[in-house]
Amino acid sequence: MIYEGKQKIWSDYQKEIPDDHWYYVRSCIRQNFFPASERMFTEITRGVLGKDVYETPYHTTCGGIAYHCDTIPQETVMTIVARQFALMTEAGYENYVASCITSFGNYSETLETWREFPELETKIRENLWKACRREFKKPKYLAHSSDLIYHWREEIAKKGRFRLVNRETGEPLRIVEHIGCHYAKMFPHKGVGGAEYPYVLAGMVESWGGQVVDYPERRHCCGYGFRQYHVKANRGYSVSNTHKKFESMEPFHPDAIITNCPGCPYFLDRWQYVIAEQTGKTYGRDGFGIPVFTYEEIAGLVLGYDPWDLGLQLHQVAVEPFLDKIGIEYDPKAKYLGLNREDIMRPGLPDSIKCF
Amino acid sequence: MADFGFKLSKSSTLDLDRTDTRVYDILCKTDPDIRTCMACGSCSASCTAAPFCGMSMRKVILALQRGQDVRPMLGKCMLCGKCTMVCPRGINTRHLILSICKYYD
Repeated sequence: MIYEGKQKIWSDYQKEIPDDHWYYVRSCIRQNFFPASERMFTEITRGVLGKDVYETPYHTTCGGIAYHCDTIPQETVMTIVARQFALMTEAGYENYVASCITSFGNYSETLETWREFPELETKIRENLWKACRREFKKPKYLAHSSDLIYHWREEIAKKGRFRLVNRETGEPLRIVEHIGCHYAKMFPHKGVGGAEYPYVLAGMVESWGGQVVDYPERRHCCGYGFRQYHVKANRGYSVSNTHKKFESMEPFHPDAIITNCPGCPYFLDRWQYVIAEQTGKTYGRDGFGIPVFTYEEIAGLVLGYDPWDLGLQLHQVAVEPFLDKIGIEYDPKAKYLGLNREDIMRPGLPDSIKCF
Repeated sequence: MADFGFKLSKSSTLDLDRTDTRVYDILCKTDPDIRTCMACGSCSASCTAAPFCGMSMRKVILALQRGQDVRPMLGKCMLCGKCTMVCPRGINTRHLILSICKYYD
């Protein structure tokens, strides 16, 4: 191996991430799937780290789901994206951070398309002006919100109350990191570490005391894939992909999975129940599954937030065994109490996979 | 078991660490011309049995390389030898089939 060559390749995939002043856009689906994650992002960045992260209620979908399901053309998506950039320009920001991996991929694709075909950018500017009389500047820096948490990972570790370490054995917890496909597989130079060795989540895990698990299907899709899941006839294909990943990671006995995409944590979490129903197999210990977290949830746990304030009661796979390993205190009776401390009702529990 | 309206499909991934290629290895010694097959499919295209029962010499060779069972396919061959005549690499496919049968016997 030529060490200098490797260093050059690695430096090609490093990403400049400004330290402050970000315009933040939320995801369409994350707030339904894991509602506290985005709330935690703003809480950590503004409250804990004291950064300027601005968001506006006028922000809409980026059009990514419709685009990847082949229901709208790219020109429409680019005009929607142009409107988001116009909102950022009006707010006086130059750094754009997206919470959704598909949005991040969408923004990257739009900017790359404009770079290669400047006449298209002119056309989209015209479309936007005709549609809503807005103008925009392109963002100076485009990032995914996991890039920012990665950038501030050491600060979070310093302020953290817990580490990803088994409190009984003192061993680092074994964490599977799963990166959303649209993060760096489309434009490798846009992500930290590129498509082959994305370091964005691995860096967080290592800084917070955990150990990253390497397994054969590490870069395989979670199985969501818009046209796989959204077309019911293809859902078997979706769950088969997830099954393949779990079969591959099972021998390495991971304690948890950390993800940075809206769809991945949802499908890796929910499909474990479906797989357990169909095959009778669970991948965690003693009939439990492997808990799946977003990076904001893990950051929140490290910082010592109450697990129920992080929305962990909405996970299909029980998170309690993972919390016990770290030694995070929680009140089991408060699991299904809302923010107003009133009961939010309990879900039916399956027989195939152990849950609380 | 809950009916979701969809189910898991079997993975078509080949685990080369667990593939049993003993038959192919033996054939490489007894009929070394099997190594020259480029999977062009001329044998399958000219096969008299193919349109009726799905016989394909190309698939037989591929299955042997993957360590899969080819016995169900062999029973469909009528040993007419057309595949041998059309093979651009000159592989004696008819003899190959007899060798495979011999191994399984």
